[in-house]
Amino acid sequence: MSSLITMDDLTDEDIQNVLDAAERLLPVAKGNMHLPLLQGKILGNLFFEPSTRTRMSFETAMKRLGGEVVNLGAVASSSVVKGETLYDTIRMVDGYADIIALRHPRQGAAQYAADAAEVPIANGGDGAGHHPTQTMLDLFTIRQAHGKLDGLRVVLAGDLRYGRTVHSLAHALVRFNCELVFASPKGLKMPSEIIEDLTAHGAVILESEDLLNHIDDADVVYMTRIQKERFPDEDEYRKVAGSFALTADDLNNVKEDMIVMHPLPRVDEISPDVDKTRHARYFEQAFNGVVTRMALLCRMLEVEVPANIGGGE
Amino acid sequence: MSAPETSMRRVTAINNGTVIDHVPAGKALLVLKMLGLDGKMATPVSMVMNVPSKKMGGKDIIKVEDRELTQHELDRLALIAPNASVAIIRAYTVAEKRVINLGEEVVNVVYCTFANCASLGDREPLPHRMKVVSVEPLNLRCHYCGRPQDISELVENLL
Repeated sequence: MSSLITMDDLTDEDIQNVLDAAERLLPVAKGNMHLPLLQGKILGNLFFEPSTRTRMSFETAMKRLGGEVVNLGAVASSSVVKGETLYDTIRMVDGYADIIALRHPRQGAAQYAADAAEVPIANGGDGAGHHPTQTMLDLFTIRQAHGKLDGLRVVLAGDLRYGRTVHSLAHALVRFNCELVFASPKGLKMPSEIIEDLTAHGAVILESEDLLNHIDDADVVYMTRIQKERFPDEDEYRKVAGSFALTADDLNNVKEDMIVMHPLPRVDEISPDVDKTRHARYFEQAFNGVVTRMALLCRMLEVEVPANIGGGE
Repeated sequence: MSAPETSMRRVTAINNGTVIDHVPAGKALLVLKMLGLDGKMATPVSMVMNVPSKKMGGKDIIKVEDRELTQHELDRLALIAPNASVAIIRAYTVAEKRVINLGEEVVNVVYCTFANCASLGDREPLPHRMKVVSVEPLNLRCHYCGRPQDISELVENLL
């Protein structure tokens, strides 16, 4: 059984297959149908860092498919504070669960865990490293809106330096020949080693310190949160954050089918008046975390998602 | 007298030990540091730097007397002198030639230069692994965090 550490663990065909399976699982994810494909299986949720959406959607995904979940709980009340190594924690949970979802503050923790464990590891975010299950739900959301992944023009905006979400997503989009615009404040640009990697794979990339000039011809605008603590003072933060925010008025001249995405939580970068426009997709995106993780859990546990769910031939 | 002969005669032949030839010019001191040859050991060490070389333009040569380098030491050497040729000398003759080969992965030679890498956690027991992306120029990436390694920093991170 294979782990999912980075998007490199999935071929382009794998990606499409998982997204297809996720689409078939939609009625199950919405609770309209009972399909206990993972009955008798246990997911070990190991979240060493705070997480709402990723942890809850893994848990929901497992339960919707009839599986069970055991949680590490708060790190403060676990053996980790007694100095237990990640290796030992993983070896222990390896014996309790059939699959482990891991989030950890250290980069490379998911690969480290995969090397220590017998059961598959689903990387739920490792430091500033990778977050492939988020990428899969992002791709699902994009494909749902545009009917394809190939050749789209995607603007990634905000904190591109520290945001692991956009790192994984950029890698994946390049595989589908998307044109990328990286719009970020000066100090929060996409790391050079990632740009080098992407360019080596033939990526067409435009870097900019401006957002609004690039949204009118975009198919997807992917916003991320700019964190206050990245700036020396409040004034500097306000100035920068203000220029990387979207309001409904900014969307007057955008393409009809352009979608605005955000991994959430948002602060000021998307005004609430955008929520009511046809472009807003971030809440669907959050829901898609459940259905995509359902498909990924099935794949990692080698359980086939039936070709026809709830339908006839 | 041809250039190679000139360079070989700059230091005398050794009875027993190891000769490291074709070290990139100017890197001999770094090689000594990596091999832990810091002047505190009892064996004599000779070194010539920046001698002409047909193959490399310029090169350094190191001769370590009464000591045969181990494979682990050669693995370390590969990080800064991947094309060095190593000869084990016994009774003034070349008894063995060792080829340096980085292979696809360098295991337990250096630890990751990225401070937040999971492999650097206290008492974490798994081996330190570096993937060899390319040899010329040397490009290593940590197996765990995937970060490209700064080679000049790596020398400080020897295990």
